[in-house]
Amino acid sequence: MQMIRDNNWVLSVGTFLPMLGVLVLLITPKANEAAIKMVALLTSIATVLVGVFTLVNFDFDQAGSMQFVAQTDWIPVIKSTYFIGVDGISLPLYLLSMVVTLLVVIYSLDHIPSPGNPKAFFVLMLILQTGMAGTFIAQDLILFFVFFELVLLPMYFMIGVWGGEQRQYASLKFFLYTMFGSALMLVAFLAIFFKTGAESFAIPYLVENGAGIAKNVQVWIFAGMFIGFAVKVPMFPFHTWLPDAHTQAPTQGSVILAAILLKLGTYGFVRIAIPTLPDAAIEWAPWIGGLAVIGIIYGALGCLAQTDMKRLIAFSSVAHMGFVMLGISTLTPFGVNAAVFGMVAHGLITGMLFFIAGSVKERYHTLEISKLGGMLTQAPQLGWILGLCSMASLGLPGLAGFWGEFPAILSAYNPADGLNVTVFRTYMVIAALGTVFAAAYLLWLYQRTAFGTPKGHDHHDVHDVNTYEWVAWMPLLIAIVAFGVAPNLLFSIIDPAVQETLRAFGG
Amino acid sequence: MTLLALSAAAWTAPVIDYHALAPEIVLAVGLTAVLLVDLFTSERNKWLLSVLTGFSLLGATLPVLTLALHDNSVRSIFDGRYVVDEFSLVMKGLFLLAGYVIVLLSSSHVEEGDYWRGEYWFLLLTSLLGMVMMASSRDLVSIFVALEFLSIPAYMLAAWRKRDLRSNEAGVKYFLLGVFASAVMLYGMSLLYGVADSTLLVDISKSIDLDGEFAAVQALAVVFVVVGFAFKVSAVPFHTWAPDTYEGAPTPVTAFLSVASKAAGFIALVVLVLTAFPEGRDVWQPFIWVLSALTMTIGNVFALRQTNLVRMIAYSSVSQGGFVLMPLAVAGGAAGEAALRAVVVYLVVYAATNLGMFGVILAVSRKTRSGDIASLGGLFSYAPALGVLLTIFLASLAGIPPLGGWIGKFAAFQALLTDATPWAYALAVIGAVNSVIAFGYYGNVMREVWMRPVPHGDNTPIVTPSSLQIALGITAIATLVLGILPGVVLNFGDMADLVGAFGG
Repeated sequence: MQMIRDNNWVLSVGTFLPMLGVLVLLITPKANEAAIKMVALLTSIATVLVGVFTLVNFDFDQAGSMQFVAQTDWIPVIKSTYFIGVDGISLPLYLLSMVVTLLVVIYSLDHIPSPGNPKAFFVLMLILQTGMAGTFIAQDLILFFVFFELVLLPMYFMIGVWGGEQRQYASLKFFLYTMFGSALMLVAFLAIFFKTGAESFAIPYLVENGAGIAKNVQVWIFAGMFIGFAVKVPMFPFHTWLPDAHTQAPTQGSVILAAILLKLGTYGFVRIAIPTLPDAAIEWAPWIGGLAVIGIIYGALGCLAQTDMKRLIAFSSVAHMGFVMLGISTLTPFGVNAAVFGMVAHGLITGMLFFIAGSVKERYHTLEISKLGGMLTQAPQLGWILGLCSMASLGLPGLAGFWGEFPAILSAYNPADGLNVTVFRTYMVIAALGTVFAAAYLLWLYQRTAFGTPKGHDHHDVHDVNTYEWVAWMPLLIAIVAFGVAPNLLFSIIDPAVQETLRAFGG
Repeated sequence: MTLLALSAAAWTAPVIDYHALAPEIVLAVGLTAVLLVDLFTSERNKWLLSVLTGFSLLGATLPVLTLALHDNSVRSIFDGRYVVDEFSLVMKGLFLLAGYVIVLLSSSHVEEGDYWRGEYWFLLLTSLLGMVMMASSRDLVSIFVALEFLSIPAYMLAAWRKRDLRSNEAGVKYFLLGVFASAVMLYGMSLLYGVADSTLLVDISKSIDLDGEFAAVQALAVVFVVVGFAFKVSAVPFHTWAPDTYEGAPTPVTAFLSVASKAAGFIALVVLVLTAFPEGRDVWQPFIWVLSALTMTIGNVFALRQTNLVRMIAYSSVSQGGFVLMPLAVAGGAAGEAALRAVVVYLVVYAATNLGMFGVILAVSRKTRSGDIASLGGLFSYAPALGVLLTIFLASLAGIPPLGGWIGKFAAFQALLTDATPWAYALAVIGAVNSVIAFGYYGNVMREVWMRPVPHGDNTPIVTPSSLQIALGITAIATLVLGILPGVVLNFGDMADLVGAFGG
């Protein structure tokens, strides 16, 4: 794989700039909330500007190569290096993490959840940002692991301190699940390190040499990675932390969780597990595909059974991530392209849906679907935005969701060589059924909340979308439409990198 | 008679390398000075003692540094019974610095209780001297002497608050089980000596032959010695003294026992298995495998159920001990060097983190006067700095990157997997699962600190004495730096070649 080392400072700056903001926040007095908000805002704006610089200087003709590569000694004794770079798969996710953080910060200017303390809240958010961005650029397994874990504690506290009634239970469950996964993942990382001759943790090196590991060993190493990443995705049956975490998390936490954190898992499959262990990937693919379609149906049925709007959106994440995993499990460039597109689309759409849920909660003081109704008459703009996002989420052509979902289903028609075609075509049929369910639960949700007449009596706080919300949401809404109309904006970056990644499968 | 005369005539004074012994000499001078100054100072000026103790420890660190920088040659005195190699220097540095932090942790505690301050500092220094000696001992006798040297003052320190029943219980339990362990160990050592006709570890290593005539005796001896040290490092099922002793002893002493005294036990164990018992690996490897698996699992399970903070830490430190033992379960083969490095790294990181945690506990208990985990409720809301520090230390103990603890766990896993046997993988998976379980109780404390209300709504701020602040600063910086730039300490580990092991 070709490495382009121009401007190799830019990724480090983009990743660690939020930490600078954290340091400034730490010395800002707690009482001065205006200054705290300003520091957080400026930091995330500066981070996005660095992101824009990255985007502008990215060589789109070589999207399959690692760019902005920096490599220097970090822990020489264990042969781990500080090795970072982005290609067409990392870049959209890396930028998405920056943009989403900025939007969440903007939203928080006006919506600090109870019990307040914006200083701690923004510190955690910026630490999260460093962890998320770092995971997408790390090209060394140990570095990846450190960033992957860095997001755990801030999210734990974000749910546990600023969350809903059951926050303590939900935060601990989130933490234990993820940590269990990452502990086994670390063992798997060490195993692949030793099995490739204990030379290097660099991902490109392992991609070159991992294929040489005996197949039965590969299968076991893959199992460790599978658990680590599948918990994070989350795949059925490791998903049970997700509805609790999402329901209890503050709006900001839910948005970040849905938009970025879940992608760390799927990204791990695409970047690490599959390219480094190709033989094992072939063995595991039918199982991954199977769990993915179970997730699709299970998530959809779960959605139909929910009475809480936020919990419903959380279950819909299980279903959507099922489509992403189905795309990945085909091991074809077509499927993985769809999967990466699906990650971005799901980040935009579900992030947006959680924003809306937060605003609904703030206005109606409940998320019980049965107590909501008539949003279109009381807050028409909010109602229409919910409508747009529901349509995007159910995969309406012309909006971003479609390009993640439809090609993923289609790709199962023709999986990579070595995979059982009948099995994958069955998956395809089941997944297609899932889209019908998705239409059902989303339309039903929309019908019950937006149509009809307002219920209940307490409507003092009901008002339409305010300026902070417009500013925070507009970029996401534009992106949902833009990527829906012109998916090639994204596919043209992703595809070369996917081709490069799947070389071992004759892609 | 003639024989005695002959040997007396043949006796020549050994050549003593005073530079190599300088740390021990400084400590010996320091502890004598503490004893004398205590005699001749009035109550008002007893604070001098803590300063003197601190300076003795820092003073002893200087020769450790000069020895480390001087050259790389190994200094061997008394026919190889006392060796100053890189491993021993790293461990001496660790003991002295940990000792210094413990002085910082203790000083306000000791000043405020009206107990026998002079004795406290004297006993602390004596025990540390024993540990520093332990790092260099390469002979059964010198190991045993160093062990008693460090243990006996520790028994007394545990019972230092002599009008407090719990402190008495702590001291007596620690003493009785400690003596029992010494007896078992000594029996094992006598068997080893009986076969090898020498107490030098390298000679014992040559004499061990598990296919030979004395195989059964030697196997028994190896097991006895390992059991003896298993008591010292509170490995399950020999851990029963730890929770009671930790709870009853004065908190700074608990910090000392759980960090320094435990580390001393581990290094003796490492030295023995790597230099004296490599040929006996078929005996001790499976034994330590079982000990390690039991220790981390049982320590964790009990820690989950504790409501008293110090007891929880006691069980957590039992469980952490299991992680230190983990790489030793494969140390007999090619993984020896990696295992040695893992143990050194783990002990360094664990010392920084655990001492820091005790620092926070000491600071908080000045206000709450309670040992319950629930007394930490809402700490973050009224003392954010202490809350964040405690979170950092707990997260480090749980092994969450980028805090120090992860590199310790990582090194342990790495050493274990160097030996690619199914047993090694099985232990790694047990370790991985346990590191998750451990978060159950570390997370529980974090939850109190961040998410629970303040008990009785008592929001009075905490006044942290400056000595505690310095101790917290040192340990927090160490915890962070070790986690983000682990190269620093791993290079130490790389240096830590143990003379006499690995055929060197």
